[in-house]
Amino acid sequence: MAAEPTAAERSLLHQVLPETVRVAVPGRVVLAGEAARGQRDLLLPALAATQAQFGWVSPGALNEICRRLSIPPAEAYGVATFYALLSTEPRPPRVAHVCDDIACRQAGGLELLAGLEGRDDLSPSPCLGQCDRRPAVFVQRAGEDDQVLAPATATLVEAALHGAATVTPPPRVEGQRLLARVGKTDPTSLAAYRQNQGYLALEQALRRGREWVIQQVKDSGLKGRGGAAFPAGVKWEAVAREPAPRYLVCNADESEPGTFKDRVMMEGDPFALVEAMTIAGWATGCERGYLYLRGEYPLARRLLGEALQQARAAGLLGAGILGGEFDFDIEIRLGQGAYICGEETALFNSIEGLRGEPRQKPPFPVQVGLFGRPTVINNVETLVNVPGIVLEGGETFASIGTAESTGTKLFCLSGDIADPGVYEVEFGATLGELIELAGGPAGVTTAILLGGAAGSFIDPKRLDLPLTFEATRAAGVSLGSGVIMLFNIGRDLRDVVLRVARFFRDESCGQCVPCRVGTVRVEEAVARADGRVEAALIEEIDRAMRDASICGLGQTAASVVRSAIAAGMLGEAG
Amino acid sequence: MFGAGGGTSSYEEIEHADVVLLWGSNARFAHPIFFHHLLKGIHNGARLYCIDPRRSDSSKWADVWLGIDVGSDIALANAMAKVIIDRGLHHQEFIARATTGFDAYRETVARYPLERATEITGIPGEVIEEMAISYATAGKAQICWTLGITEHHNATDNVLALISLALLTGHVGRYGSGLAPLRGQNNVQGGGDMGAIPNKLPGFQDVEDDQIRGRVERLWGGSIPPQRGWHLTQMFEACHAGMMRGLYVIGENPADSEADVDHAREALAGLEFLVVQDIFLTRTAAMADVVLPAAADWCESEGTVTSSERRVQRVRKALDPPGEARPDLEIIAMLAAAMGRDWGRPTAEQTWDELRRVSPMHAGMSYRRLEDLGGIQWPCYDEDHPGELFIHWRLWEDPIQGPPAPFIPAEWVAPVDRLTHDYPYRLTTGRHLDSYNTGVQSGGYDAPIRIGGTLDVSPEDAERLGVDEGDMLRVSSRRGSIEVPARVDPGLREGLVFMAVHYTDSADVNRLTIEAWDPKSGTAEFKATAVRLEKVGA
Repeated sequence: MAAEPTAAERSLLHQVLPETVRVAVPGRVVLAGEAARGQRDLLLPALAATQAQFGWVSPGALNEICRRLSIPPAEAYGVATFYALLSTEPRPPRVAHVCDDIACRQAGGLELLAGLEGRDDLSPSPCLGQCDRRPAVFVQRAGEDDQVLAPATATLVEAALHGAATVTPPPRVEGQRLLARVGKTDPTSLAAYRQNQGYLALEQALRRGREWVIQQVKDSGLKGRGGAAFPAGVKWEAVAREPAPRYLVCNADESEPGTFKDRVMMEGDPFALVEAMTIAGWATGCERGYLYLRGEYPLARRLLGEALQQARAAGLLGAGILGGEFDFDIEIRLGQGAYICGEETALFNSIEGLRGEPRQKPPFPVQVGLFGRPTVINNVETLVNVPGIVLEGGETFASIGTAESTGTKLFCLSGDIADPGVYEVEFGATLGELIELAGGPAGVTTAILLGGAAGSFIDPKRLDLPLTFEATRAAGVSLGSGVIMLFNIGRDLRDVVLRVARFFRDESCGQCVPCRVGTVRVEEAVARADGRVEAALIEEIDRAMRDASICGLGQTAASVVRSAIAAGMLGEAG
Repeated sequence: MFGAGGGTSSYEEIEHADVVLLWGSNARFAHPIFFHHLLKGIHNGARLYCIDPRRSDSSKWADVWLGIDVGSDIALANAMAKVIIDRGLHHQEFIARATTGFDAYRETVARYPLERATEITGIPGEVIEEMAISYATAGKAQICWTLGITEHHNATDNVLALISLALLTGHVGRYGSGLAPLRGQNNVQGGGDMGAIPNKLPGFQDVEDDQIRGRVERLWGGSIPPQRGWHLTQMFEACHAGMMRGLYVIGENPADSEADVDHAREALAGLEFLVVQDIFLTRTAAMADVVLPAAADWCESEGTVTSSERRVQRVRKALDPPGEARPDLEIIAMLAAAMGRDWGRPTAEQTWDELRRVSPMHAGMSYRRLEDLGGIQWPCYDEDHPGELFIHWRLWEDPIQGPPAPFIPAEWVAPVDRLTHDYPYRLTTGRHLDSYNTGVQSGGYDAPIRIGGTLDVSPEDAERLGVDEGDMLRVSSRRGSIEVPARVDPGLREGLVFMAVHYTDSADVNRLTIEAWDPKSGTAEFKATAVRLEKVGA
């Protein structure tokens, strides 16, 4: 009959899932059902724990998870197969995911994959968020912590698969505000954080009250750094006005190709994010915070996990924070390899144990978000601005940058550039200034990708463009997640565009037909481009995807391709 | 029920129910399509109670599983009714306006206090009480049942006890509230609707009503016997008594499916003339004087089927039948011709149109409309009628239309086959997901999840008997004895054992079952057999 779990699987799942099936009278009365179904959000953590321990999710383990959570196995299978990091087929205990995305494929990624044929322990991967240290490899290891190799070599990959490999060098960072502690203060030490202004903002926030905090965030003009640039204070105020329970979600599912700033923040200053979330939870009256972290970031996971523990032990999280009346805690939820889960409503569904498919909006998350409740969802970079705003006041923050783009911004510089890394500048700095900050181009630049795979190519002569929300909007481009990727003369740009098109085909969740079909058709059209490109066809598909996709993925899926056509990268339009 | 032999609700309504009692049904295995609708209901927040002696796969989805003793259903239902009445949770206005016989019913159920129900069913009183309150106070509630209710010597009383609960609480005739007997085959409902039952003409018209019979006789141009015929169990009794000498069997395999099957096989062997019409050479067909090879109805002939929600749907021919096999309709017309009545070669649609003239509740269902609407739920009286999503809404009209619905009190009676020192185990039967009835339609194909015929025992009994999975057990009842491999099922409790009905060659369970049958429905008590277990070679 149905596959049974092994003793080891049963034992693991016994630890990660509560027993919801209660035998009231042996052989006569068993109570289950609602108690179990109410814990549907433990589905993804249970699948992830099984994957992490055994290297795959066997039918027996899947059945046991379903039994404990009262989920139809077909539904759980639908969830398990949604995610790239979960395998429902047996796999070797160690699998190397080799990034072949736009930055890494030009710097050794493809060579690492050359031996792919016939191997089941090597798998191509979309961007791993390590573009500053390309080529990148993420190694899933059953029963051990996962590992990132960046920059990777063939020798390192073999060592990681069959023995032990070395760690990764520290990132290149430059910045005075958000990055002030990164690379300087020990990220594993709460004491070190507190010696460097840590938790002063939370104390201030608790002292001054919720309304005051929200007012500061509104006054600061802080706009969301996840791409949509929505005013954070407006969002917070809206949620605070809704009835409890409310939830706070930090979107740390950084997976826009070319983006690694949130990872650098979390790995370099994890307590800052914990403190920022605690302040946000206090101000908006949320009873719980969820940190949805990209599964391919094992170091961030470890450091954040330790930071949460230390904060709890120090009374900075949990019941009665800082001896007051405020109860709040934060839970890390790991993404399992799905770009779409960076979309806020897809992220909610993912946490809830459903397939990570975006929801129709409205209703917006401030009213109907996680678990159907009012929810504040902010990106990592947005949140880490908050302690500074609380300490120096919203108006002071608003005086930094430009009128419409206040504060500083983290940019991810990568590709053919001298010093790839994360650079923090006040809003208003130009594209040229940022490139100079990163040591200037490493060669002769022929193309610049701005904003990531959902962004667009920008004319490399537009170095005078100020990188603000308003100036980029006026120029018809988008800051997106702050990606600036340079390509030298001689790079195969058609190959880059084709990789972006394939990325969207792979990552479309398939819910909206125009996106599911359109991303395939766009990729095919780019593949056919050979001196001439079917520009009208791509434009028509793009229009259908923009009009009829419910989320940003479909709406921006052809953006890079169309900017490449406009720039003549795919040949003559015809 | 209340004069119409079909479920009152539609599948979609179970998706919106607040409380569902799944009673004597392992729908997840036996009715997987219906269960899919039920899962949607659960997903939408329905509270599910499973009443089943076994903790079956369906029970695992329940908020509360009640593992009652086999055959104690009426005691449970009556105790629920007493709780509901004692707490004033019954729908007094509905009872007054739309029902009769409440006082007698109340007197009957008053004899089932919780203590007595616990003694009979094995379920603690507070669990019964909680289920009763939950059912009575739900906005929309459904009772669904299957053979766990009907394969008993008092099957009709079992059903009446459930119907009375719905009348008591007003959970019938409204969207989302109703009574749903789940049918096994895709067309069990249709068979009865078409008149393939001994006392009804097509459309549940009483054969003993002279006026109705006269009308149908005029339409058919012949005469119809004015008394009801025998049902299956009576036929076998008549056979044994020498009163029935010839039998024409269409698509049934009684040589495997009858309770106390050795007895049934004797009866068949004693017939002077046996004709079997089937798609395979079944055990019954192998005994026949004449075998008429039939086309498979779901793919080799045209016609209609009717599902448990009373929905008539078209079936279209996709393949030519093999060899000399013919659609049932053609075979019957050829038989008529051989008997001197030339019916020509009627098409399925012509036959259906004739049925529409005979049966008022099918009158509006032209093939064209069945196709356009994706099937129609009876009743459908004319071509402007959309059919009925749920029936008996008339009970909610004020004043009600048609006759009121009667409460018919039912008393609990223990299963006929008593447990004794010599036969201490209660054997009940059921299905596996991968197989169907006696296996005529499913046994010819492999299934990855098929485990075959076993005797399932509780872990406690397995230990006591000293058997491991796969060890052979001799299972003996007062009628016969078979040997089958043991299988341990933690969903069983001590004293309760289970066999699936599909494997007549290797695990011929009906050599054990009892022929005791319900006088009103003719169904035998397949679900309650007393057996003795011995380890073979021990």
